[in-house]
Amino acid sequence: MAKSRLDTGSVLDGFTIGTLIHRGGMASLWEVTKQGDPASLLMKIPVLQEGEDPAAIVSFEMEQMIMPRLKGPHVPRHIANGDFAVQPFIVMERLAGDTLLPQIDNVPMPAEQVAAIGAGLADAVEALHRQGVIHLDIKPSNIMFRPTGETVLIDYGLAHHRDLPDLMQEEFRVPYGTGPYMAPEQVLGIRSDPRSDIFAIGCLMYFFATGVRPFGDPQKLKGLKKRLWRDPVPPRKLKPDIPPWFQEIVLRCLEVKAGRRYPTPAQLAHDLRNPTQVQLTARAEKLTKDGFFAVLKRKGEPHHSLIDRPPEREAEASDAPIIAAAINLDDMTPELADKLRRTLLRILERAPQARLAVLNMLKLNRIAMDQSLDEQGNNKHVQRLVGLKDWARPMKLTQGRVTYHVLEAVDPADKILDYARVNNVDHIVMGARANSTLRKILGSVSGKVAMEAPCTVTVVRIREAED
Amino acid sequence: MLLGIISDVHANELALEASLAALGRLKVDRLAILGDVVGYGPDPEPVTRRIAALVSGGAICLMGNHDAAVLGARTSMNDTAAAAIAWTKPKLSEASRQFLSGLPMTATIEDVLLVHADASNPAGWIYVTDTASAMHSLLAVKAPVTFVGHVHRPQVYCLTATAKVIGHTPVNDVAVPLSAQRQWLAVAGAVGQPRDGNPAASFLTYDTATRDLTFRRATYDYEATAQRVRDAGLPERLAERLISGT
Repeated sequence: MAKSRLDTGSVLDGFTIGTLIHRGGMASLWEVTKQGDPASLLMKIPVLQEGEDPAAIVSFEMEQMIMPRLKGPHVPRHIANGDFAVQPFIVMERLAGDTLLPQIDNVPMPAEQVAAIGAGLADAVEALHRQGVIHLDIKPSNIMFRPTGETVLIDYGLAHHRDLPDLMQEEFRVPYGTGPYMAPEQVLGIRSDPRSDIFAIGCLMYFFATGVRPFGDPQKLKGLKKRLWRDPVPPRKLKPDIPPWFQEIVLRCLEVKAGRRYPTPAQLAHDLRNPTQVQLTARAEKLTKDGFFAVLKRKGEPHHSLIDRPPEREAEASDAPIIAAAINLDDMTPELADKLRRTLLRILERAPQARLAVLNMLKLNRIAMDQSLDEQGNNKHVQRLVGLKDWARPMKLTQGRVTYHVLEAVDPADKILDYARVNNVDHIVMGARANSTLRKILGSVSGKVAMEAPCTVTVVRIREAED
Repeated sequence: MLLGIISDVHANELALEASLAALGRLKVDRLAILGDVVGYGPDPEPVTRRIAALVSGGAICLMGNHDAAVLGARTSMNDTAAAAIAWTKPKLSEASRQFLSGLPMTATIEDVLLVHADASNPAGWIYVTDTASAMHSLLAVKAPVTFVGHVHRPQVYCLTATAKVIGHTPVNDVAVPLSAQRQWLAVAGAVGQPRDGNPAASFLTYDTATRDLTFRRATYDYEATAQRVRDAGLPERLAERLISGT
C-alpha cells in the first residue's frame, strides 16, 4: 500500500491539507479545503502500520462503506473517500464546537438536564436506525451538536449496516466497543441488535446523572462480561434527588435482555420528554443491587441464556411504532369515537410493541392570552386529560402503552404536525370533522395533516347517510 | 464497465427474456452467463439459440453441469434432474448441441473470474453453499472477485485479511461495495429456477470501476412457465418450485 506524506499545504485528490487537528491511535484528523467549496472540511486518515491491529483497517473500510450512505442532520455530511491503493481517507463536513466529552468534568448533572441530552441523543440514534445502521460505539467523545441543536453522531468505525456485509463480524475475537458503554450482547460478539445503542444511551445517562459509570471501566473481556449478571447500583441510591421516572428510564435502558429495554430510541425519547407519563415499575423505587443469590444464579447460567437474540431483520423500527391519535373531544359523536377506537385497536394489534400517544388540542385565542382556568375556575388541561382518558378507556390498553397529552395550539394542524416531527411518530390517526358544511367553512385539519405529515395518516370518517 | 451476470437459466425462456430486458434497461456493457443453459425447464432449444446469439454478439457463456449432462457427460444427479436431462436431449438441435459442447469452464473479465461452481475444481461441480466451501474456492484462486452459479440462492462471501470468511445475504437493489483489500465470491441467484423463496428471476450487476455489486430481480409469468413444464410432461416438482421459488 503506497502512502503519500502529508503536510500542511500539500494537496491530495483536490483537497488542500490544512492544520492537524487531532492525532489518535486509530486515525488522525486534518482540516482541509477544496477549491470552490467555502465549507470547512475534515479529513480523517487511518493509522496504518505494518504489524498494527488489523481492526484499524477494517473499521476504516466499514466507515468508508457506511458514511456515504447516511443522510440527515444527525450525521456529518460525507464528501469523499480516498482509495486504499493510494491513500485512504474520508473527507466530511467539519462540525464546529466540541464533543460531549469535556462535559464529563461537570458530572453529576441534574436529571432534567441529562434527560434533555438523552432525548437529543435518542433522536440521533433513531435517525440512524431508520437508515439501517447501528452505531455500536455511542460515548461522549462520539457525540457533537449542531448550532441548530441537533445531536450529531460521529465515528462509524464500529457501526453495523443492515444491508451490507459486516466485515467486523468474524474478524476479531475481542469484542470491539468502548468498555463503559458496551451492551452485554455486544460483549458476547453480537453486532446486529439495534437495542445495543439504547443500552449505551442508558450508560451515558447513568454516568452523567450520578457521576459514576454503571459498570466501571473494565479493560479485559472478563471484566466486560460481569455486566451480564451483576446489575449496577440504582442511581437513586447514589444520588437521592434523582426522580423515580429518571431511574425507571435509565434502568430500563440497562436491562441485560434487550427485549426488556425500549424497543426503539423514538420510544425512549418520548419518555424522556414526557416524565410525568413514564410508567413506573419496581425499577423506579429500587435502592439496592440484586441479592447475592440472584446474582450467583445468573453467574452460573450459560452466557447466551442471559441475553436476547437479536431481532430477525435488524434495525426495523416498524414493529414498535409510535402512533398518535389526535382526538377532538368537542366534535366527537359516539359513532366516530367508536370507529376511531376500533381503527386504533386494529393497528395496535399488529404491533405489540407500539406506543399510543393520545393528543388533544387546546385551541388558543390568537389575540388574547388564554386563561388556563375556565369560568368556573377549573383547570382546562386537567379537564381535557380526564376527557381523553375516558375516551380511551373502552380500548382497555395496558398502562405504559398509552400516554395522554393536551397541547396548546393556535393552529391545531400545525401542532399535530410539529408533535409528529419532534417525536418521530410513525402513524397519525384522526377523525374527520363530522359536519361537511362546517368543514367547508373552517377548513379541514385532517386534510392539512394528511398532506404535510412526515408519516402515515389515517383519517377516520363516518359515512354519512344519503339524502 | 458494468457487467450483467446471469446464471442457471435452465431452459426458462420467459425468465431469461425478463432478465435480459431488465439488464438492457440498466445498460450493461457486457453480459456473462454462468452455465446451466438447459435442464429442468421446458424451452431448451429456444433458450440455447437465444444465448448462442448473445455469445456471437460478445457475451460470455460458461458450461454448467446440466449442459455437460445433456451432452452425455456422466455426472451424479438426482432422479428429477436426470429425468429432465433425458427429456431435454432429443429436444436440442445439432447446432445447439454444437454450441453447448463448445462452452468453456471458466472465463475472466478484467480481474473477475467467472465459473459455474467451486473455482478450485470447476469440473467437480462442487456447490458453494457456506463459508467453508467459499473459503475452499477463494483460497484456490488469485482473482479478487469470483462469480459462481450452481446454488440458485444469492449470497456474498468475503475472505478477510486474517483468512476468515464472512457470509452476507444480499438485499435486492442495494449496492455492496467490494473493497479491493480483500477477496470476494458472489453466488449469482438463478434466472430460471430461484430457490431463495422468491420466484422472480435473480441476477446481478457488477461495476468494475466502482466495484459495486448489486443483486437484482425481474419478475415474469412463472405460472405460465410452470404450466409449460406440466404440458411437457416434466416432473411436477419442477413446476411447483417455479411458483414457490424454492
